[in-house]
Amino acid sequence: MDLISKAPTGPIETRWDRHRFSLKLVNPANKRKHTILVVGSGLAGASAAASLAELGYQVQCFCFQDSPRRAHSIAAQGGINAAKNYHNDGDSIYRLFYDTVKGGDFRSRESNVYRLAQISVAIIDQCVAQGVPFAREYSGYLDNRSFGGAQVSRTFYARGQTGQQLLLGAYQALERQVGAGAVAMFPRTEMLDLIVIDGKARGIVARNLITGKIASHLGDAVVLGTGGYGNVYYLSTNAKGSNATAIWRAHKRGALFANPCFTQIHPTCIPVSGHYQSKLTLMSESLRNDGRVWVPLHKGDRRPPSKIPDDERDYYLERRYPSFGNLVPRDVASRNAKAVCDEGRGVGETSLAVYLDFRDAIARLGPHVIHERYGNLFDMYQRITGEDPYSVPMRIYPAIHYTMGGLWVDYNLMSNVPGLYVIGEANFSDHGANRLGASALMQGLADGYFVLPNTIGDYLAANPLEPVDRNNAAVRDAEAGVARFTRRLLEANGTRSVDSFHRELGQIMWDYCGMSRTAGSLERALSKIPELRDEYWRDVRVVGSGEELNQSLEKAGRVADFFELAELISTDALQRNESCGGHFREEYQTPDGEAARDDENYSYVAAWEFRGVGQMSELHKEPLVFDYVHPTYRSYK
Amino acid sequence: MSSVAVPSVRRAARFYEAPLGKKVVMAVTGMILFGYVVAHLAGNLQVYSADHQQINRYAAALHNPSVAVLLWGVRAMLLLAVALHIIAALQLWNLKRIARPIGYVKKDDVPAAYAARTMIWSGSIILAFVIFHILHLTAGTVLPLEELGPNRPNVRANLIGGFQHPAVAGFYILAMLLLCLHLHHGVWSMFQSVGVSHPRYTLWLKRFSAVSALAIAFANISIPVAVLAGWLTQ
Amino acid sequence: MRLLLHIWRQRNAQEKGRTIRYLAADVNPDMSFLEMLDVLNESLIAKGEEPVAFDHDCREGICGTCGFMINGVAHGPLRGTTLCQLHMRHFHDGEELYLEPWRARAFPVVRDLVVDRSAFDRLISAGGFISASTGSAPDGNAILVPKENAEQAMDAAACIGCGACVAMCPNASASLFMGAKISHLGLLPQGQPERLERVLAMVAQSNEERFGGCTNIGECEAVCPKQIKLDVIARMHRDFLRAGWRRRAF
Repeated sequence: MDLISKAPTGPIETRWDRHRFSLKLVNPANKRKHTILVVGSGLAGASAAASLAELGYQVQCFCFQDSPRRAHSIAAQGGINAAKNYHNDGDSIYRLFYDTVKGGDFRSRESNVYRLAQISVAIIDQCVAQGVPFAREYSGYLDNRSFGGAQVSRTFYARGQTGQQLLLGAYQALERQVGAGAVAMFPRTEMLDLIVIDGKARGIVARNLITGKIASHLGDAVVLGTGGYGNVYYLSTNAKGSNATAIWRAHKRGALFANPCFTQIHPTCIPVSGHYQSKLTLMSESLRNDGRVWVPLHKGDRRPPSKIPDDERDYYLERRYPSFGNLVPRDVASRNAKAVCDEGRGVGETSLAVYLDFRDAIARLGPHVIHERYGNLFDMYQRITGEDPYSVPMRIYPAIHYTMGGLWVDYNLMSNVPGLYVIGEANFSDHGANRLGASALMQGLADGYFVLPNTIGDYLAANPLEPVDRNNAAVRDAEAGVARFTRRLLEANGTRSVDSFHRELGQIMWDYCGMSRTAGSLERALSKIPELRDEYWRDVRVVGSGEELNQSLEKAGRVADFFELAELISTDALQRNESCGGHFREEYQTPDGEAARDDENYSYVAAWEFRGVGQMSELHKEPLVFDYVHPTYRSYK
Repeated sequence: MSSVAVPSVRRAARFYEAPLGKKVVMAVTGMILFGYVVAHLAGNLQVYSADHQQINRYAAALHNPSVAVLLWGVRAMLLLAVALHIIAALQLWNLKRIARPIGYVKKDDVPAAYAARTMIWSGSIILAFVIFHILHLTAGTVLPLEELGPNRPNVRANLIGGFQHPAVAGFYILAMLLLCLHLHHGVWSMFQSVGVSHPRYTLWLKRFSAVSALAIAFANISIPVAVLAGWLTQ
Repeated sequence: MRLLLHIWRQRNAQEKGRTIRYLAADVNPDMSFLEMLDVLNESLIAKGEEPVAFDHDCREGICGTCGFMINGVAHGPLRGTTLCQLHMRHFHDGEELYLEPWRARAFPVVRDLVVDRSAFDRLISAGGFISASTGSAPDGNAILVPKENAEQAMDAAACIGCGACVAMCPNASASLFMGAKISHLGLLPQGQPERLERVLAMVAQSNEERFGGCTNIGECEAVCPKQIKLDVIARMHRDFLRAGWRRRAF
């Protein structure tokens, strides 16, 4: 299979413009004749559904939550990047492009990233117009901050709730179209299969989560904006409901899965407190602007932090990375936290945590300034842990946060299955091996507001799309397959709950395919996952029926997919014999413990083709070409 | 989201159709009644005047046939305000049962909202009291009223005579305590319902509400207390 | 610690429900309330009984999915906190708790503690937006927004749409929810052109959904996990009156 990226060549500044001009357009009068199915209602899905409806298409939008406003984009705290250069501090579209390619450790497509940086500017304008209450300066101008180690101030924010405000903007735009009759909204409806007819994506099979009814929804194109797959690790910063089912079932219908092993760990999460832990809570990494990360100098030092004198503390990030200090990128901060904990210097009851200390910042700036900057985060920390971070240092530990991998898409955001588009975190396109802080919101909205509405017309205009009959064999076949799958889960009638399996799978993934990986650990993962998966199908217990709201059944289907995806993640991690971005292979590191990339052999996108459950997937490679940003090694020393 | 000009009769109906419209009616009528309560109190307090005929002269001035139109006009307005206030209250009360047909097995309340939640009950008892009060001191059906001449009621004598009955005084005091509760929420609520609110002065509005409710109740209650204690005599 | 739970069980919207007693043993003070229920559900599944259905998603207090009544208080006893962020250290051993779904005609019970809040979506759909089609926006700094307005708009925009205000309101009114959206958009210059139509449309929709009327009681404000103030309701009333006057709408 040839992977045709359709990425334009030539001067990078004009690639998107030239490409857009080359795309076919759908006559305005014909747009309402096309039905587009949008699955997912987060930043990408909601913005796409609203924008497509504004253009005149008939849109159907699906989400498993009770309302599109609940999508997990809502939890993003920090902000959204845009190359506005409002601060006159040397930022530009080119710099944002450069930072993103470099931050992604040279595993993304230059054309895509440049387009993302270009569009970032329009996103801010769009969101302001919608009424997103971005932070303002006293003058009334938009405020910016520097975020996640960026050397320029390009992050726009709305307190610590930027994701919420951007999502509400997109949600309101979507609801406006629902009111206008241009979008039919299907909440509490979960996509369980993709309908492919004559090689083209023509619909989905979905289950109404309240009645349990399984039905097909047909159209001319399917757009997946269903988010990432971090919950394969069980404990992550994702919402409990976040899942890979939509993209995984599409993958099983032929869509290639790209770079699944690129998973991002977020360094500032609240550590696990017990076996009952259901998820991990992230605290914005803006905390690292003023907090200092440390552990005791000596192994097994169990004294309370206030009793440990300064010369017996190891501010290990400041020590190892004098120029970036506590602001090193996420992956570096995370790996170092793991390293010091592995040395036995971790703190807290589980010894799986490091301190994030505001003592010096409070002394320097006063508690009121700290309160102003981080008040809501401090409150959240106190609510969860019962400790007061103004007097006791926070305990933090890394957690799975974002997945850079996803379904493979071309420059038009179309997967290798014609008519199947994938946007936002669900695709692999823009972040390479590692995503910069405040860039996820940017990508989701860029795809939904500005890229997809421009590119989807090219496919619709160029392809004759005959109406699909509900009785088409492919439709009936997909429906029957979903019903069979559901029945199988209900009839397993074993002894263990879905969650107990999910927890165990997560533990395997965290231990053997987590923050750092080795060939040995990955092979162990690859032998344990199929065993556990077989046991799952034998011994899972799903109480209740399929004809009602059954939350265990919903979870059971998602976990079944996680098992298969976990295997693919490990396979991908095992073939990638290098360390880059979120993928760290212990065998491939520099003498001082930094990631060692191998551009000669691994400068490609690994796109996997499904070959059957338990079968080795087939690897296809899309080579990456760097015309502008030439690969260099990251150094934060 | 479109609006077109609507005939004015329909406009009033549509305005009132919204719970919000009913609430505005309650606020406006409440404001009228509040104004009346304040004015009535100002009249009452003249009983403390060293000049024992002061309050009777005031009453005579109100009952002067030359201003009868004004007096009956005000009475009609008050009656209308009371009627609208009650109708809107009952309709809102009914809406609440429509909006929550199945109640909670267990429901806790915010303690500070006690006055707000009991408006319908404090209001009903106050209504009963007002009827009694009119029968007592205006119509004279409860106790015979003394007159100094035509249209010149001997208010001072009637008032002191009435309050010498502990049951009459007791009902009066109870009603004033409930009025205090009613106004404590009601006065602030009037402002809230017509949209007068601002982070900077909402607190002051609430204080004004509490202080005026207490002051009105205290001042009114002082009269029967003074009578019963023997400080205020014929 | 151990807790005695009385949980509302109801199979679907049609069937009648009732409270059933459960004993939650081995409750750890560091668990969140929902994690305590997870553990209870695991034990129910082990016995072959159907787990208690409850809505939840982000478990970070921002998505607004979770929420039910604990002893008659929406989101439980801790102010400014959603259920998912409420930890068991705020309860004591042997405590008896009643868990009930939000109750309002506009929020029919779907199952157990799960209710249907789509009425909120329809309120937004009626007018809770600014009509800014993609692509038409001027530069973000073209229209200045005074910092104080932006901050106040943000205070109102913090609403997570959980429905606690409706659940707690003795009138089952959605005024805090509507007032928050009307204030958020009405405080920004971008929201001015549609300001009056917005309030009229949302108020009309609220009547259609059979939400009750606000009588300024303030229980919504007391349980709002984002501590949105009653001021937003006053602002809605103000805009409503102004709309009636200016647009001759009613």
